[in-house]
Amino acid sequence: MNYIIEQLSLSFIASAGFGIIFNAPRHSLIQCGFVGMIGWISYIVLADSGVDTVQASFVGAFFVALIGHVMAKRYKMPIIIFSVAGIIPLVPGGLSYDAMRHVAGNDYMAAIPLATKAFMISGAIAMGLVFAEVMVQLVLKGVKR
Amino acid sequence: MDKDQEVDIQSVIDICLLAGRIMMQSGAETYRAEDTMTRMAAAYGISQTHSFVTPTGIIFSMDGVNPTRLVRINERSTDLEKVARVNSISRKISSGDISLSEASAALKELEKANLAFPVWIQIIAAAVASGCFLIMFKGIWGDFLPAFFVGGIGFSSLLLIHHFTKVKFFAEFSSSFVIGLLSVLLVSLGLGEQLDKIIIGSVMPLVPGLLITNAVRDLMAGHFVSGLSKGAEAFLTAFAIGAGVAVVFSF
Repeated sequence: MNYIIEQLSLSFIASAGFGIIFNAPRHSLIQCGFVGMIGWISYIVLADSGVDTVQASFVGAFFVALIGHVMAKRYKMPIIIFSVAGIIPLVPGGLSYDAMRHVAGNDYMAAIPLATKAFMISGAIAMGLVFAEVMVQLVLKGVKR
Repeated sequence: MDKDQEVDIQSVIDICLLAGRIMMQSGAETYRAEDTMTRMAAAYGISQTHSFVTPTGIIFSMDGVNPTRLVRINERSTDLEKVARVNSISRKISSGDISLSEASAALKELEKANLAFPVWIQIIAAAVASGCFLIMFKGIWGDFLPAFFVGGIGFSSLLLIHHFTKVKFFAEFSSSFVIGLLSVLLVSLGLGEQLDKIIIGSVMPLVPGLLITNAVRDLMAGHFVSGLSKGAEAFLTAFAIGAGVAVVFSF
């Protein structure tokens, strides 16, 4: 339980911090942190219970985009403001850095699996974003009818 | 078409291009820039427009007699506040709340404005985020402070070197070199424990996570030129960061 609370608060702070680095509008920083927190907790809970990181990233990104859409509608702002800060904890930055470090160190055989994994995770995140968008559009169409 | 209308159309194209350029310079998605430009033009009664948006330039034309226009985009950064402001200006235009000249003035002012957070707040945010990432990536709490300092110093050197050299990849390379050097130093002094975790936490503010994701997203949406160029930028950035750290390890 402590672990969950720790992860929740840290991901909140880290996402809001990235909101500041990316100069998100000041009054949206709390929402950015919240979106990042939801995305990260759904990722880490799945990843820790043995789900592959690619699938876990998909679910995390899906929730980030879903809540981002709700926030974007509610506060009349572009969704990118919420999704960018929320997605940052999920992106395979560490992995791609690791892969590049191996490339730069001439260890290509170790770099390839890392780079492939990073690519797969980026793809999963993009899929999560797109799936959430499609779902939101379908729901909105249903509401209008 | 009389003379007055001609001038009007020129200024509509002007503000559409300005809005698109501000958006792309501030890191908006390709489709959003295209969509905004089309909507703005439509609000002023020009329904047939075509835009081709890439991270390095925008081509905008309308069916009819007027020439096609092109703007270059040289500087790119992430400034979500500007994206949000352009978005709200375009909303106001669509709903007819502001006139053409008011919109044009607002956009010109926005282009020059510096809305970024003060640098020291950005550095603290990067430092805190580095520390948080260290723990999120299963580091130990004892390494929090080292990651905090290394991340903060790494991010400040990125800003500093980029300010002086204006070469983004050199700035990324040197700041990750600084990060690698400082981390090795701290660990060898016994102030930090897990070298890899400290480095990964500290480089998080530099890694092109947003670019990677945006690139894949653009590719999936069919914006192949944007997707590939964002991918290239992300790849170069990741390479610069990896190489900077690798240089430290090669000694």
